[in-house]
Amino acid sequence: MLLAVGSLAVMGATLGSILGIAARYLAVESDPLEAELQALLPGSQCGQCGFVGCGPAAAALAKGEAPVTLCAPGGKAVAEQLARRLGIGADLSGHEDVEPRYAVINEDKCIGCLRCFQECSTDAIVGAAKQIHTVLLDNCHGCAKCFHTCPTEAVTMHKVQVNLADWHWHKPKLKASRKH
Amino acid sequence: MKLSRIRGGIHPEYRKERTQDAPIVTLPMPRILCLLLKQHVGSAAEPVVTSGKRVKKGDLLARAHGPVSAPIHAPTSGSIVDIIEQTAPHPSGLPQKAIQLRPDGKDQWGILPAGLEDPFSASPAEIDARVAAAGIVGLGGAAFPSAVKLGLRETHTLDTLILNGAECEPYLTCDDRVMREYAAQVVDGARILAHGLTLSRVVVAIEANKPQAVEAMTRAVAGRTDIVVVTVPVQYPMGSERHLCKAITGRETPAGKLTADIGVVVHNVGTARAVHQAIRFGRPLLSRVITVSGGALVSGHNIDVPLGTLVSDLITWCGGFTDGKVPHRLISGGPMMGHPLPALDVPVIKGTSGILALTRDEINEQPAGPCIRCGTCVSVCPCGLMPLEIAAFIRRDNLDAATRSGVRDCVSCGSCSYICPSHIPLVQYFNYAKGRLNALDRERRKHERLKGLVEARRARMDKLARAKRDAAARARTAPPAAPPMAPPTAETKANA
Repeated sequence: MLLAVGSLAVMGATLGSILGIAARYLAVESDPLEAELQALLPGSQCGQCGFVGCGPAAAALAKGEAPVTLCAPGGKAVAEQLARRLGIGADLSGHEDVEPRYAVINEDKCIGCLRCFQECSTDAIVGAAKQIHTVLLDNCHGCAKCFHTCPTEAVTMHKVQVNLADWHWHKPKLKASRKH
Repeated sequence: MKLSRIRGGIHPEYRKERTQDAPIVTLPMPRILCLLLKQHVGSAAEPVVTSGKRVKKGDLLARAHGPVSAPIHAPTSGSIVDIIEQTAPHPSGLPQKAIQLRPDGKDQWGILPAGLEDPFSASPAEIDARVAAAGIVGLGGAAFPSAVKLGLRETHTLDTLILNGAECEPYLTCDDRVMREYAAQVVDGARILAHGLTLSRVVVAIEANKPQAVEAMTRAVAGRTDIVVVTVPVQYPMGSERHLCKAITGRETPAGKLTADIGVVVHNVGTARAVHQAIRFGRPLLSRVITVSGGALVSGHNIDVPLGTLVSDLITWCGGFTDGKVPHRLISGGPMMGHPLPALDVPVIKGTSGILALTRDEINEQPAGPCIRCGTCVSVCPCGLMPLEIAAFIRRDNLDAATRSGVRDCVSCGSCSYICPSHIPLVQYFNYAKGRLNALDRERRKHERLKGLVEARRARMDKLARAKRDAAARARTAPPAAPPMAPPTAETKANA
């Protein structure tokens, strides 16, 4: 019996020390979480979240210093994905989606300076020097960089109107029923 | 024929007594018609007429646009007033483009394509083309372009066409009357559809609460071997195509798939009649039979209504509302799956099967109580889902869990809401969830696409920056005799 106890004790000690050594010398150092979170963000570096770009925003999210609802152009879709990746049970029922907006260029005020053209992160603006510029609505996600750059205030941000293709039923609101 | 059981379902009162024995009457032509450009699933049709144009009955007003679409034709002769933004007969109350036509009272036919003497010697592609040109869409309410559905023969192995004469919704009797009064036309249309789908077995399914329709259709198919009439049990939602398919063929349609994936295509009896008219006589879809009923109406009718008739004109012709004011609920379709109408000045479209004016008593709306977890909703769900669980997830905005529990497989029949003893709006939660999930999918797809654009732009900027650096480096190391680099002009600076 002593042989059985002894041999198992020796095996346990040996395997335990191997695990300990592996934990110290073979540990994975880099944190892939930040890169994954950055991939979930839109990537337009618009700065509406308060961080300089999507990279620093992802770093803050990974450290838990920023809420998952930080990205305005991303909306609820991105907030949910971030919450899922971080494993946080984010109660988003109270989170009001910042209304999606899109940019519109007023052709009377546009001077064709190309500044918004160079700023647009998704190439949603078409135009050339001294030609009128316009916004391709399908590609605009409302980061508002063009709005801030335009020297003549020709760019305005408008709320996206719901149309028949996008409309869906609202969540039922339950009136208080009679108390028992 | 041995039928299979479908799970769950409910047995609401028929409430068809008011209109089931009312023969179909034709509505006198109203003073104005509003033809929406999108009366079907798919892309809106494109107008080919302009303000002031005189048109004859059957003339093309808007042509189909894209692979899933349908054309619109003039239901009568008259002149085009304008193309306007019209409130759609849709709960959102949002406007849609419509062609306004003022009838001239003469009801003169234009030039129609010649009908086919023998449709069974024409190729299926020819049948497709004629059905498409006639603007025929599913008249059961789904309004899917029928020609596109015929095209399923190319991509799927089909063996059975089921003609849906179930009409399981309470109040509605239009399909019942069409089968009783036009049985021969329905049978002919069904056989043409079967030829178009290149299959040989047709089953006409009629719920047992329509014995006269069963008799009329049985007489119409007497002697034929390719088409048979079957009586199915009265069980809502027997008219749902997946469930009717299971009842008739015993095959259950897998989640997310079409009945065509298990070899079956389902068409409404009204659609079959429209196909008969189009193929035999070249007539496009210009009107449809609608049941107008409900306790808040002076009288109930089954009416052949020209497309584009305003609901207000229809109600006036029927005698108006009983107490003169708008009823508690005005519904397009049936009470289970129909939509509330946003106003009275909305037009009848191809998918409108009924207009119901319901009183407070008929609706029996009650405030919702807490879920007592009785599980009755689970026993009535025909899709085998657990409504109480899914609704609890949706209440807490956990749409992921709702999806995992199968909310996307819900057909929105409403059996759960109907049966819930606490009057919880279960199917309303599911309709919200499905809509929200689709909206999130669209947002996600847009993000993917935009991310692609951002990456492409970054790559382009990097490439330009590198090219600039290389050019500058070359200029520095170039031999002194070489001409200096041209100074950047405004053009090149802008293009960089």
